[in-house]
Amino acid sequence: MKLKALLVPATNGVSVSNQDLELVSVTKRYGATVAVDAINYRFKSDSYTCLLGPSGCGKSSTLRMIAGHESVSDGSIVLDGRDISHLPPAQRGTAMMFQSYALFPHLSVLDNVAFSLKMKGVETAIRHAEAHEMLALVDLTALADRLPDQLSGGQQQRVALARALITRPQVLLLDEPLSALDPFLRIRMRGELRKLQKELGISFIHVTHGQDEALALADEIIVMNNAVIEQAGPARDVFNAPQTQFVAQFMGGHNVVALPDGYFAIRTDAVSVTDPIQGAVEGNVTAVEYQGTHVTLSARITGDQDVLALIPDTTFFANPHHPGDRIGLHWDASDQHKLTA
Amino acid sequence: MNKLRTNPAISSLLMVSPLAAVLLIFLVLPIVLIVIVSFWQASEFSIIPAFEFDNYAFLFGSPVTYTVFFNTFKYALITWACTLVIGFTVAYYLAFHIRTLTWQIALFLLCTIPFWTSNIIRMISWIPFLGRNGIANSTLMSWGVIDEPIEWLLFSDFAVILAFVHLYTLFMVVPIFNTMMRIDKSLIEAARDAGANGAQILWNVIIPLTKPGIMIGTIFVVTLVMGDFITVRFMSGSQSANVGRLISNDIALLQYPSASATAIVLLLTVLITIGILLRFVDIRKEL
Repeated sequence: MKLKALLVPATNGVSVSNQDLELVSVTKRYGATVAVDAINYRFKSDSYTCLLGPSGCGKSSTLRMIAGHESVSDGSIVLDGRDISHLPPAQRGTAMMFQSYALFPHLSVLDNVAFSLKMKGVETAIRHAEAHEMLALVDLTALADRLPDQLSGGQQQRVALARALITRPQVLLLDEPLSALDPFLRIRMRGELRKLQKELGISFIHVTHGQDEALALADEIIVMNNAVIEQAGPARDVFNAPQTQFVAQFMGGHNVVALPDGYFAIRTDAVSVTDPIQGAVEGNVTAVEYQGTHVTLSARITGDQDVLALIPDTTFFANPHHPGDRIGLHWDASDQHKLTA
Repeated sequence: MNKLRTNPAISSLLMVSPLAAVLLIFLVLPIVLIVIVSFWQASEFSIIPAFEFDNYAFLFGSPVTYTVFFNTFKYALITWACTLVIGFTVAYYLAFHIRTLTWQIALFLLCTIPFWTSNIIRMISWIPFLGRNGIANSTLMSWGVIDEPIEWLLFSDFAVILAFVHLYTLFMVVPIFNTMMRIDKSLIEAARDAGANGAQILWNVIIPLTKPGIMIGTIFVVTLVMGDFITVRFMSGSQSANVGRLISNDIALLQYPSASATAIVLLLTVLITIGILLRFVDIRKEL
């Protein structure tokens, strides 16, 4: 409690929501390797947060520590004002949805959903009634008697969701929930996840390595790399104003350019093509790719750096350029974000 | 020749014929022969081809048959229970407590080392251990636990079942271990996430998912024990009998028709037992 009070910034001390989840220098070591290195973060309540990063960055370990499936080497995890770092998974107020859903293959959909109630010793009739309610929430009432094997990937995912939600968690943890689905279903399911989060009004923490998924879903994005949080904040801030080269490159859509006073990130769609002398920098066109709604033009500028410009197709074809052309590249100073590392 | 090769009906027939021939010659034919012989007549001196039910009538009319079948089932049941408990425990330990695959394989191989020697040797090695003046008795006496040797250690049902359990536990370990290794570890995490404790995970997740392996192990152990005669003879000191011994005695007395009849009844009994077992569990997934 005290720890948490200390860590709440002074400006925000007036109304502290009870449902906050907070990581306090949480560390995970496997022998000599550090998988998660003393990360601090306070999750906003009732929000959708994405933990984003390449494989091996520590995002899954972080999620599993929050869930209680991985022990915390150091630091603590605070939920709702209590330190849950060493509680068993079921007593934390969290529920986890596993990557491959981990549905019990020998139990029907209904029994899968009712599993946690059975473990608590709830009577069959009552737990089945409650499980039916959950199934109605995810629109699976008709399939209650099927076995998991007899369901499609999307349906299995919804069963896993219902099974996690029946424990009435304050925080739902999702470990790459969409990675097992085909692209079409992935887009549909992420819409459903987002909608469900809004309806339930609980926090979702979602681990993913896809930046498009994170941008589409998240209120807040935490970008992790090499066991630490590289940058965290509202999705738009993280995308629009990356602070490090890694974030700029990982989020995509950015040029990382070395200018005389340091490294800068400039969104590819903020770069426009001008006559050679008028631009901020000069360069030679190396490639032009037509992509339907826009054209991607790559140019090599001084210092052998490649810069991409995303130009609306009408603008480009009004004044087309070809590989080898000498051009100027222009962007507004406000689109230029200095990178710290 | 080319026509023959391109004809799909003939080529597929040719492809199944080797296995079919092997099964026919080495399985079906002997059984058919045994069935035929079981209807023959026999006197002390001769065997006469016939079609009579004398052998079966004698078999079902003799009270010895029922005692011996009862004994056979008793051995099978007790051995099954012991091998199941030990086998499940060993497999569980290997599959869920040993973390690295290297150690799992190493320990698993360790389990198989006794099988580098023959059944008989492993069985006989119990005799100096369990005997009246054997290691077990003398150790217990030197500790002062007992004053005089325990008589029932050797040449008793206890010895028979001990030997059976020793010989056949691995047949339970292997299929159960195999099934357990296929259980997705995230299922156990999911169960824990849902609040299940260790015992609940075992009962609600691991045991139901291990059933096919348990069933395959059960079939192995039950058929092996029910068909055995040598273990019973050695370890009981010829004081107990099971169906296998009945058959082997008949053969020793050259009573082939009677031995055949007993063998057929035993075969049917085992098949019915397995048929009943398979009603409970679907093992097709494991095959």
